[in-house]
Amino acid sequence: MQAFFRAFKITPAMPLEEAPLVALDIETTGLDPRRHSIISIGVVPFDLDRILFSQRRQWLLKPRFPLEPRSVVLHHITDADLADAPDLNEALGDVLQAMAGRLPVVHYRSIERAFLESAIRFRLGESLVFPMIDTMELEARVHRQPLSARIRRWLGGGQLSLRLQDCRARYGLPGYPPHHAVIDALATAELFQAQIATRLGREARVGELWC
Amino acid sequence: MQPEVMEIRQHLSRFAPFDVLSDELLDTVAENMDAAYFKAGSDILTRDAPVTELYYIRSGAVDIFRRSGALHNRLEEGDIFGHFSLLRNHRAHFPAKAIEDTLVYLIPEALFERLCAEDEQFADFVELDQPRLKSVVEKHADDARMMTTRVRKLITRPAVLVDATLSVQEAARQITDAHASAALVLAEPDDNPRHNVLAENGEPRRLLGIVTDSDFRRSVVAEGRGCDTPIGAIVAEHAFTVQSDEILQDAMLAMLRNNVKHMPVLHRRRPIGILHISDIIRHQTHTGLYLADRIFSQPNAEALAKLLPDVRESFVRLVEEGASAEMIGAALSTIGRGFTRRLLELAEAELGPPPVPYAFMALGSMARNEQTIVTDQDNALVLDDDFDPAQHDEYFLEMARRVSDGLAACGYTYCTGGIMATNPRWRQPLATWKTYFRDWLDNPTPERLLHSSIFFDLDAVCGEEIFVTQLKELIATEAPRRPLFLAAMARNASNRTPPLGFFRNFVMEKDGKKNNTINVKRRGTAPMVDLIRVHALAAGSTAQNSYDRLNDISQTDLLPSGVSERIRYALEFISMVRIRHQAIALQRDQPPGNSVQPENISSAERHNLKDAFQLLSDAQKFLQFRYPIPASRR
Repeated sequence: MQAFFRAFKITPAMPLEEAPLVALDIETTGLDPRRHSIISIGVVPFDLDRILFSQRRQWLLKPRFPLEPRSVVLHHITDADLADAPDLNEALGDVLQAMAGRLPVVHYRSIERAFLESAIRFRLGESLVFPMIDTMELEARVHRQPLSARIRRWLGGGQLSLRLQDCRARYGLPGYPPHHAVIDALATAELFQAQIATRLGREARVGELWC
Repeated sequence: MQPEVMEIRQHLSRFAPFDVLSDELLDTVAENMDAAYFKAGSDILTRDAPVTELYYIRSGAVDIFRRSGALHNRLEEGDIFGHFSLLRNHRAHFPAKAIEDTLVYLIPEALFERLCAEDEQFADFVELDQPRLKSVVEKHADDARMMTTRVRKLITRPAVLVDATLSVQEAARQITDAHASAALVLAEPDDNPRHNVLAENGEPRRLLGIVTDSDFRRSVVAEGRGCDTPIGAIVAEHAFTVQSDEILQDAMLAMLRNNVKHMPVLHRRRPIGILHISDIIRHQTHTGLYLADRIFSQPNAEALAKLLPDVRESFVRLVEEGASAEMIGAALSTIGRGFTRRLLELAEAELGPPPVPYAFMALGSMARNEQTIVTDQDNALVLDDDFDPAQHDEYFLEMARRVSDGLAACGYTYCTGGIMATNPRWRQPLATWKTYFRDWLDNPTPERLLHSSIFFDLDAVCGEEIFVTQLKELIATEAPRRPLFLAAMARNASNRTPPLGFFRNFVMEKDGKKNNTINVKRRGTAPMVDLIRVHALAAGSTAQNSYDRLNDISQTDLLPSGVSERIRYALEFISMVRIRHQAIALQRDQPPGNSVQPENISSAERHNLKDAFQLLSDAQKFLQFRYPIPASRR
């Protein structure tokens, strides 16, 4: 854990084009870290010039709680698949190492942050808060309305959806099959590159975007 | 394969040159590539920038520029760039710019080199333009199409997978929703792992079999079973499967052996689609029939005209058999000459023997033995010098009229420019014909020769062959010594230019304009034939066929070494595209023509056509340089 923070040399003043980034996606059995668990984590390192899909990592993890049928349908991951999967405890070190020194970029940070922090608290007994860039939040910002209103509209089936696929479509990015952690991470990295190229600019400071 | 890269792999497998790769190499590409996003208007490669990977356009569009700044190519989804530089000095030779928001996949150089080393077809594709065209044409000549097509090429949509416990109604609904006509039925896994496949979620399931539309009729409706019958109950167990990278021919044999019409296609253990035997038949070759003999047994012009459907059928079969454009042109010209000769025989039988000897002369494509199914008639009569119009012309006019009308009835439309033996100007004694040719040779201007180039493709169809031979020899002797004539012909041969290439459903012109269709004759084969004719005239060749002319030209130093070969491949390729689209039109009961819509041109065809157009364009420029207007006459 300390190694993770030692490696983190990114400061709020750093221009984005210099920042090492890592797209992160966590697939879970549900939305509540107290009742649901992580079943897979996908990580794709990248920067503004290149998405290192070839250096992607993906972990299938044994959940703390049994799988719910709904999540099996969604992620195509079954109990059988996870029988030999490592426990999050075993994998967490690897995950943190793969992310070390890089600023995480996620789509809808509440899930990733909540689950990661809860897992770390639960397994390592440490509390960890690290900065993240949230492409959903950036998208909402770009469309100049309070996030809450956007999300409410999204949940209510309003016109401007902030779902990953719909955000991507606005930048001409292709549709990928959802709910594969590492493909969602790739999709998030592509979306972030598109947001920077189209709207925010390479010179933007890290501190303006993370939260 | 790692299941998460499935989608990327599927995308790659739809586009040349990845479509020819083995599954293993395709997996390696999908697993080892990186990605980058470029917004519309941004530079992807600036001139001389270092290039260390192959660029694959996943979405968007990219313009490639020449060093001069002129547009070289407009690329779209599935196209690649950067290979030119990877094979050379690793500097961007042609700058690349995103013209739409573009996502590219980056394939590292080491992997690119491995693909070139391990897959000959891939290497051919990324090699410089001309070898690629050459290999395509030669491959077609080998007619190895069937032998090398892999099953996955015919899979256009994923298989519908249903659980055996599902009701027949729900299964039918899923099949309908997917616009499919069959589904694979999966059940609980078996102890024998060989019976199991991996479902979408990676879970092992037993592949019970296929249900097709007719099963619902036969096993549900006809049997009076209810809508809630489980689908597993109507499946005939025994699913023969085929691997996605198996050769099509083997798959077909397996289907025939097992007497099935559908087969599940697996990639390793994952079902990816359903192959229907009709998909294969569409790719299959047929045996052709030969028509020329039948022509000579027809008793009259009306009976000859009834052969038109047979001519069309044999044309389509030749195309399906994989015959080359050269072979098809020769076959169709033989048929055309057969009609002409038979009509002349019938005319002579009714009108009596000719009062003076004559030669019936074919002009244009028939003389070159390059006819296709869409052709008009261009012909003339060369008469003996004893011809006396007052005494004899009535006979020859009637003869010409019968042949011309007869040919029109057989599908050879009248020449709109009036270049037919029915026109008195083109029904003349040999001496007059010699005067015509001398005049064209001695007093050439591009304008005067504009409608005369067709006369420089000439051949006897019937009668005194020696008359036409004399004309051919006159031309072959005089033309090489007439720089002004050659310059005028060269000028005219560059009037019709090829487009730059294709972009989505448009034809891209060099000035960036877009058109909806392309006339492949006017923009491709005709200018190619024109420029070959100019070189052949300069070479003193008496050959008429473009391929024969190219042989004669290659014996001279009129063209840089190797160029005549490249022209041959380009002509063959463009001709084949034209012919193939005519065959497709006939199969769809549409009138065949020379225009092709870009949406009907396959991805591989586009790449090769683009190369052929480029070659034609370069060859036209060279023509101006080789046959300049002599200084004294400027």
